[in-house]
Amino acid sequence: MSAASEPVVELRSIVKRFGSVEALSGVTMTVRRGEVLGLLGDNGAGKSTLIKTLAGVHDPDDGEIIVKGKVRKPWTPAAARDAGIETVFQDRALAPQHSIVTNIFMGREITNSFGLLRVQMQIDEANRLMREIGFTSKVFNPESTVGTLSGGERQGVAIARALYNQADVIVLDEPTTALSLTETQKVFRFVEAVKSSGRTVVFIGHNIYHVWDIADRFFVIDRGTEAFEGAKSSFTGADHLIEMMHQLAETGSADTSSLLEPGRE
Amino acid sequence: MNTANDATTDAISEDPCTEQSRWTLFYRKNGRALNAFLALVLVWVFFAVNNPALFLNPLFYNAFLFSVPATIFLTTSLVFVIVSGELDLAFPSVVGAAGGVFMYSVVLGVPVIPAFFLTMGFGALIGLGIGLIVVYGRISSLVATLGLNFFILGIVNLLAQGRTISAPEAMNSFGYKLFVGKWHLFDTTLRVPNHFIWSLVWVAFCYVLFKYHRFGNRVQLVGDNTDSAREMGINIERIRVSVFVVSGVAAAITGALLVQMANMVWFPTSGKAYLLIALAALFVGGTPTWGGVGTIFGAFFGAMTVTLIPSGAVGAGFAGYWTDFIFGLVIILTMIAHRFSGARVR
Repeated sequence: MSAASEPVVELRSIVKRFGSVEALSGVTMTVRRGEVLGLLGDNGAGKSTLIKTLAGVHDPDDGEIIVKGKVRKPWTPAAARDAGIETVFQDRALAPQHSIVTNIFMGREITNSFGLLRVQMQIDEANRLMREIGFTSKVFNPESTVGTLSGGERQGVAIARALYNQADVIVLDEPTTALSLTETQKVFRFVEAVKSSGRTVVFIGHNIYHVWDIADRFFVIDRGTEAFEGAKSSFTGADHLIEMMHQLAETGSADTSSLLEPGRE
Repeated sequence: MNTANDATTDAISEDPCTEQSRWTLFYRKNGRALNAFLALVLVWVFFAVNNPALFLNPLFYNAFLFSVPATIFLTTSLVFVIVSGELDLAFPSVVGAAGGVFMYSVVLGVPVIPAFFLTMGFGALIGLGIGLIVVYGRISSLVATLGLNFFILGIVNLLAQGRTISAPEAMNSFGYKLFVGKWHLFDTTLRVPNHFIWSLVWVAFCYVLFKYHRFGNRVQLVGDNTDSAREMGINIERIRVSVFVVSGVAAAITGALLVQMANMVWFPTSGKAYLLIALAALFVGGTPTWGGVGTIFGAFFGAMTVTLIPSGAVGAGFAGYWTDFIFGLVIILTMIAHRFSGARVR
């Protein structure tokens, strides 16, 4: 990446333990403004823990989280959202027995000063968000129950929620898992739209080709620590990235000397 | 909407089917409350056809309106607890304890109205205590409140030493008349007790709080998917503690009212009878056991149904020992009816 884009989020030496298991052992990761950062790693590498830490669900045992130049403490889901980080979780974090509107405004209801919900305003805003990302349909409206929607539609609700409030950083945790081909394409179009709006995206995926298509830069995590990172231009192609990841899985480390000169873009 | 013609016009304009779909939508959204209402009507009709003269006589309803508010207060507040995914079995002891606090204050010379608010404060405090024990003690609320029910009742019994407290002179006060005074509805023989009106006010308050306030909204979200609510930044511990505060306040109101309904006489176990009644009313009222969704109006109808059954069965000519059978039958049949209006979606 060019030096011009300043860091939005910096995770410094993040350590997270669950009992005696160290899920993250000192990860340092920087997310720069306007980029799409692809986060890769094998199952159990610590991707989920890292994302949940970024989202405030886990408060790290050690290390610092710096958002827009400020060290954030305490670090909670509410703090993360207030700092401008919206996360679309792998499980989508939806309440299936409730309406699309209620889900979009979960934890962030539009109310008057007595705490009473502004129902119509929420419905209008939900309508706007659903249209914006192209998840409109004749068969459902903002008051439809989320539990009656398909997987892709549910993902649409989660993404619409992340778009509300003009978040700076949108974290998409495996957004295309269990989606049909057309719905996967929709999600990709959304990511492109967010990218061109200047917002920052952290994209997590199993399918390296998917991540390759979308991301500008890659961050690979292995066994709770950073394995390697590099801009798209430092790889000769997706196969180069895959080869390095295979190497990592087999030998425990990847040969970073094969990366092309950084700053060549 | 059942003809091919309608199907084709549907594509061009949605007008032909809006009327019908509005009703379908209304039922889909309020099915549980409507089922509870239907259950109440059916139970009433069943009794009424057996003894029309009694069931058309306003005198029968004097007793009904007098006794139903206690169940209404308890049941509607339990909606918050059950919807949040918790269970409160400690409210009967709070009813008893709160009655004691109210009565003791009156005996000490506190006027009835301030004593009532003092009692509500006591209920909130004890609810807070129960909530903190459940949430931060990480004990299942079923077990914790079961234990606390005995514990609180035990403390009250130890303090009371089997005595009852009475303060008949307070029956002349304005506060007493405000809370439990009765007046004739128009020129009929139907006497409406004020505490029934207060229970309607409480239902309206709970309805708004549950459906249109951020708090009620979050109670539902926490009960529907606790992890999601946490990930979206909702302070789930605060919500879970708060539902016990709501329950505590309602139990305290009930306790203070029961004392006044009994002509200013308090005995320690006054809440005991309401444990299963209020829970039955809640489930007959259409709030499912699994949390996340519930209905205040349904709970209101449920409270009326369970109150109607014992006196109604006797009034309809069934011998007293039929009561439990009819009670059980109504509960099971309404549970089956609720299945039709909505299985759980995940």
